[in-house]
Amino acid sequence: MGNNHSIRGRVAAPFLLAGLMAGAGLAGEASAKPLVNGGKLLLTRGVSAVEGSGGGGLSTWALITGNETEDGVGATAFVTHAPLPDYDLTVVGAAVGLRDRFEISYAHQEFDTGATGPALGLRGNFTFVQDVIGVKVRVAGDAVYDQDRLLPQIAVGAQFKQNTQSNVLRAIGAGNDSGVDVYLSATKLLLAQSLLLSGTLRYTEANQTGLLGFGGDRNDGHSLQVEASAAYMLSQRFIVGAEYRTKPDNLLFAKEDDAYDVFAAYAVSPNLTGTLAYVDLGDIATREGERGIYLSLQVGY
Amino acid sequence: MRILLLSAMILSIAAAPRARAEEKPVAPYTQSNANAGARPLEGTAVFDAMNGLDGIQRIVDDLVDHSVADPVIGDIFVNQDIARLRRTLGEQICYLAGGPCTYTGRTMADAHKDMGVTTRDFNVLVEHLRAAMDKEGVPFVQQNRLLARLAPMHRTIVEPR
Repeated sequence: MGNNHSIRGRVAAPFLLAGLMAGAGLAGEASAKPLVNGGKLLLTRGVSAVEGSGGGGLSTWALITGNETEDGVGATAFVTHAPLPDYDLTVVGAAVGLRDRFEISYAHQEFDTGATGPALGLRGNFTFVQDVIGVKVRVAGDAVYDQDRLLPQIAVGAQFKQNTQSNVLRAIGAGNDSGVDVYLSATKLLLAQSLLLSGTLRYTEANQTGLLGFGGDRNDGHSLQVEASAAYMLSQRFIVGAEYRTKPDNLLFAKEDDAYDVFAAYAVSPNLTGTLAYVDLGDIATREGERGIYLSLQVGY
Repeated sequence: MRILLLSAMILSIAAAPRARAEEKPVAPYTQSNANAGARPLEGTAVFDAMNGLDGIQRIVDDLVDHSVADPVIGDIFVNQDIARLRRTLGEQICYLAGGPCTYTGRTMADAHKDMGVTTRDFNVLVEHLRAAMDKEGVPFVQQNRLLARLAPMHRTIVEPR
């Protein structure tokens, strides 16, 4: 088995990043005008998903992060914390949006097993750690302005994930300590209905988004998973919604469930968004019913 | 004397509407409701929510006042015919909101030609329109129905840079 995918991931990441930079450069050449930063409507940059990409909380959306329009550069940074019954999930990350078309993101996830660790055969406070680098490009449509068309905003992206706990991952039956997710996402604001809908198809082998490694002794290899979100705008600043995310079930030692949440996001200002959610991640590593509060703060420029 | 003055004022208003009197001449163009750039909403729910003609004119006046004074987009309105803008924008919103109005202004492409409007400018104006509708007490869902008709105009108003 070894770590074949980590090699593939490390080769593919810089290659894709180079392509992305070249694309952004071309866009810059086409217009000699100076950058105009900021200018997006409130909340239309989305919040930060657990993997660092612009989206909801659990799911990645086709929206590009940052407050920039097609004329500028924007950025976001976030911290997310979900104290679950048997674990603590903490994520910090940042992302850059280029001309509302390209997005590059980074997330650092820590999954602390706390007092549960020894029961799983791990030391106390054993923490699974994962880094995720994401790239996303908007390929069609405009979620906000195309109110006279059914075509949603469509984006494609990849997330390069590297988990640092190779030995433990091998012991629990995971095939690799790194993996690549690729996804196709479609997001549409139905403004006349005050509704935002988003769907994402993700081709992944990540166990618990990669916190428990990639592939495994039950299933090895990528599978197609689905993310769906719906949000209702109560005001320009305040949206409530729900998300559902299917996940692979690759490991023999513990079954993996789909995840869902209900959330409320509030734009305190154009530069600060807070998200409060109730999240149900199902069973994780033999522990049942991992559900609880999910808190996220995002700053954006 | 006071009565005389008052009746003179009333007469002058009746004889020539204030807005028209202040407008500058424009190059001839074909008038049509199609120039409004979108299909009007069905029913009068949004028009009613905006408190009819009077409400719409208050919203437009507030929107124009704040836009002209705005540090980001104010420059766009320098040397523009603001009196004409107040009238035609009022007509356009009334028409699109399902009100009993005829739009007599130019197309969105003609009216914004060479203004160099950016997406950020467009969005600043949307914010002012939202604020003006909030002030008028227009419910959020009705605001969104109107804005959904205006949003695609982004394609013609914002020029590729």
